[in-house]
Amino acid sequence: MRRFNLNLWLGGGLVLLVCVGAVFAPLLTSFDPVFDANLMYAEEPPDAQFWFGTDEQGRDVYTRVLYGARISLTVGIVSQIINSVIGLSLGISAAYWGGWWDDLVNGLTNTMLAVPSLIFALAIMAILGPGLPSLLIALGLTNWSWTCRIARSSTLSLKGQGYVLAARTLGYGDIRIMATQLLPNMVGPILVISTLGIGAAVLAEAALSFLGLGIRPPFPSWGSMLTGARELIVIAPWAAVFPGLAIFVTVLGFNLLGDGLRDLLDPHMRSRTA
Amino acid sequence: MSDAPLLDLRNLHVGIPGRGAPLDIVRDVGFTILPGEAFGLVGESGSGKSLTALSLIRLLKKPLAVSGGEILFKGEDLRNLSDKAMRRLRGDRIAMIFQEPMTALNPLKTVGRQIAEMFVLHRGMGWGEAQKRAVDALASVHVPAPEERVRAYPFQMSGGMRQRVMIAIALACDPDLLIADEPTTALDVTVQDEVLKLIAELCSARGTAVLLISHDLGVIANMCQRVGVMYQGRLVEERDTYDLFADPRHPYTQGLLGALPRLGSRHGEAGRQRLVDIDGMIADRESLSREFCSEARNPVRDPRQRAGGGA
Repeated sequence: MRRFNLNLWLGGGLVLLVCVGAVFAPLLTSFDPVFDANLMYAEEPPDAQFWFGTDEQGRDVYTRVLYGARISLTVGIVSQIINSVIGLSLGISAAYWGGWWDDLVNGLTNTMLAVPSLIFALAIMAILGPGLPSLLIALGLTNWSWTCRIARSSTLSLKGQGYVLAARTLGYGDIRIMATQLLPNMVGPILVISTLGIGAAVLAEAALSFLGLGIRPPFPSWGSMLTGARELIVIAPWAAVFPGLAIFVTVLGFNLLGDGLRDLLDPHMRSRTA
Repeated sequence: MSDAPLLDLRNLHVGIPGRGAPLDIVRDVGFTILPGEAFGLVGESGSGKSLTALSLIRLLKKPLAVSGGEILFKGEDLRNLSDKAMRRLRGDRIAMIFQEPMTALNPLKTVGRQIAEMFVLHRGMGWGEAQKRAVDALASVHVPAPEERVRAYPFQMSGGMRQRVMIAIALACDPDLLIADEPTTALDVTVQDEVLKLIAELCSARGTAVLLISHDLGVIANMCQRVGVMYQGRLVEERDTYDLFADPRHPYTQGLLGALPRLGSRHGEAGRQRLVDIDGMIADRESLSREFCSEARNPVRDPRQRAGGGA
């Protein structure tokens, strides 16, 4: 009997909650996140009509949090996919081919790890200007170094395996070996690091939007909602608390899910709890 | 045409290219394999058997490289082939099976898929047709219930079964030459025999030539028409198997044969035969490069002689 994997189920539950909120946002609220501004109802505390209260323009915070999940998840997932593609191709090819290419990729990875990725993303956003596409590019180009390292070390240990040598003697090309022999055998650790990466990207998106470089108001992003709510923190704390709570729940969910997946996929953990 | 050799290896040198004098690990090895023939290569660990085999299909690990000689396969020098052409040749015309059936299969793919991949890769078949051919291939290596076994993963099979799967993969495209690098070393003796018989049966049925690498003279004697004996990177003797066993010429071969235990030579009996041991270690790099390996290590030394007065 395996021990109940609390991290996996709790993390999965939280992520599922956020996903449902994002996908079914129009069904879960009757307001519009942008255009239903009404100064008559500005800064209302939470009640039966406005579950999470209203902000300084009288928009429903609950609605905006729901729609904000769409942006957070899109940015988190798409940028992590870009990161994974970059990290995997660089990491696997570097370890497989070795030589100057390995040195180059290693140098690049170490540089990326030395520069705080948020500062790097800030610089890219400053060049590209605010907006969803530039957010995806900025976050997709700055967080691949851990994936790259894991892909590289997995490849180093896998490429000595008999089946990789066997594949070469059977006439497989290099790219085919990387795609069909190496990649599938490292899915476990990559899945874990990617899940954690989504959480980090959600947080980074919130930070960039908070600084006004991500999603611009009036469109609802959790980060930019916090910017607007900062001045109201004493009068209308709900306008800041609920987006903050949403960020917290989402990032916690992905981190727990990542930990849970690691426990599930790591044979050492499995044998210990078996 | 039938007399033209399939593989004609001439003066093969394998070494580490360097700034100083080239350090050759395999030196001046040459032999021929006729179509459909089984050729054995024996020698102790480190004598260059596997390096010779790997250099045929250009899979030497850096910094090792072929530093001289010709590798004529069907009359064409493989050393002049482009990497792409070489890759097409591997698995299609020259296939190879390895010692460890436990690791030579990808653990995440069904064996059927791994066999089918050969047809897709080298024959350009679609997956559906290739899967059907995989069942036939699995049946040809006598795996029971092949229709079900194509969906099995390697971990669900025993070592002998996995080696059969490897043979099925290697022979999928009817290669002209099968290189078997110690194919049975990791298997227990009864399975060993079955696998060797299988290789012999399939290869003679298809006219596939075999280059069998082993340190087991018994295996070679059963399988091969001709044998090459490798010793410290050189081919010291190349003969018909029968002649070699009847009348070994090189002192190292005599030593190898003398080191084989014979049934009935029991300790304490009158006419007992003492096993000859081969003294010393494999020569190291310096002595190899200074070309005095024959002095560094006397291949056959009578144990009594050593006890008496040393070297």
